Amino acid sequence: MARDGGVSCLRSSETMRVGIGGMESPPLDLDEVHVLAVDDSLVDRIVIERLLRITSCKVTAVDSGWRALEFLGLDNEKASAELDRLKVDLIITDYCMPGMTGYELLKKIKESSSFRQVPVVIMSSENVLTRIYRCLEEGAEDFLLKPVKLADVKRLRSYLTRDVKLSNANKRKLPEDSVPVNTSLPPPPSPFTISPVSSDSSPPLTISPESSDSSPPLSPLEISSSPLSSPIDDEDDDVLTSSPESSSAPEESPARRQKMRSPLD
Amino acid sequence: MDAHVAQLQMQYRNYILSLYQQGFLDDQFTELKSLQDDGSPDFVAEVLSLFFDDCVKLVGNMARALDQTGTVDFCQVGANVHQLKGSSSSVGAKRVKGLCINFKELCEAKNYEGCVRCLQQVDIEYKTLKAKLQDMFNLEKQIVQAGGIVPQVDIN
Repeated sequence: MARDGGVSCLRSSETMRVGIGGMESPPLDLDEVHVLAVDDSLVDRIVIERLLRITSCKVTAVDSGWRALEFLGLDNEKASAELDRLKVDLIITDYCMPGMTGYELLKKIKESSSFRQVPVVIMSSENVLTRIYRCLEEGAEDFLLKPVKLADVKRLRSYLTRDVKLSNANKRKLPEDSVPVNTSLPPPPSPFTISPVSSDSSPPLTISPESSDSSPPLSPLEISSSPLSSPIDDEDDDVLTSSPESSSAPEESPARRQKMRSPLD
Repeated sequence: MDAHVAQLQMQYRNYILSLYQQGFLDDQFTELKSLQDDGSPDFVAEVLSLFFDDCVKLVGNMARALDQTGTVDFCQVGANVHQLKGSSSSVGAKRVKGLCINFKELCEAKNYEGCVRCLQQVDIEYKTLKAKLQDMFNLEKQIVQAGGIVPQVDIN
């Protein structure tokens, strides 16, 4: 099983650090992938951290969007000279969090000059299309349905490796299948990678009309005819955040195909 | 000695299978087990321990929120249910998760009696699961102490 070069198991001291939303970052090796994981649930943080470590990533896990911004140095206006040395290759965040949602965190990251090129992946327990679209439109690289499995993380890892290899120390070139950053316009939604049926056997696929994914993808028609929002989702948003639920029509965005995992039963 | 180990292993296998068959655990638990290795031999136990801590905390919060003499804040209850649903899902605690799904609907419907009943069920359910998993861990310990290896159980 793949292990990262440093820690190969969760020691209680690390658990403690993670538990208090610790900010300590592992010693950085430029060749290793460093992931910032954001989740208010301690259980989920431990699990995602384990999943990432198994796939040879260095992980910094924090418990809120604010702590994530703090870690990235985005929580105040002054630019930090240390930012050049801060290497974050992927940010993976829960959607539903008190205070700042994953969506709001995503927006702030995409608005920053230092980190807008870092792929951001959203995790959610709710399979809500409007939520998924909203995140993709804001520039999220991918959307994972919880509970997250090793196959999901391996898939992320595989497109990151390509990215890291292409890049030199601090400048991270975008992954081939990601959207080029345009500073004058809001970036169009990045192509959504189809999750193959057996995600650990095939490389990630980008969207193409002739998908080589053997599972029948949802047609664009199916997606746009789905209810735009569910009461449950509105409720979630009301409880956890003050941002209004957007009800923009999905047909405005390019057609997306996605293998939807069945709703949790 | 070997016969004893074999017997314990059989007992363990049957026990695990029954936990799945009775709906206590789902494939996410299997996933967690697969993340455990010699380098992290206590991973599952650690995660579950955190999960049960979460249960105590969240059930307590919900009990307090439902114990209002005035207006009950169903949003508050719902927020806690949401968290419990999330963590139970992440560890494969299938029955607890299922109850949380019902519970969420009851909160949305502002069904006070329903919420109180559901909370009681959640309380019983997580404690039952905790006891069952403790038995499972004890069996694992017995196998190891008897010189055997804890078998991988194929639940399919």
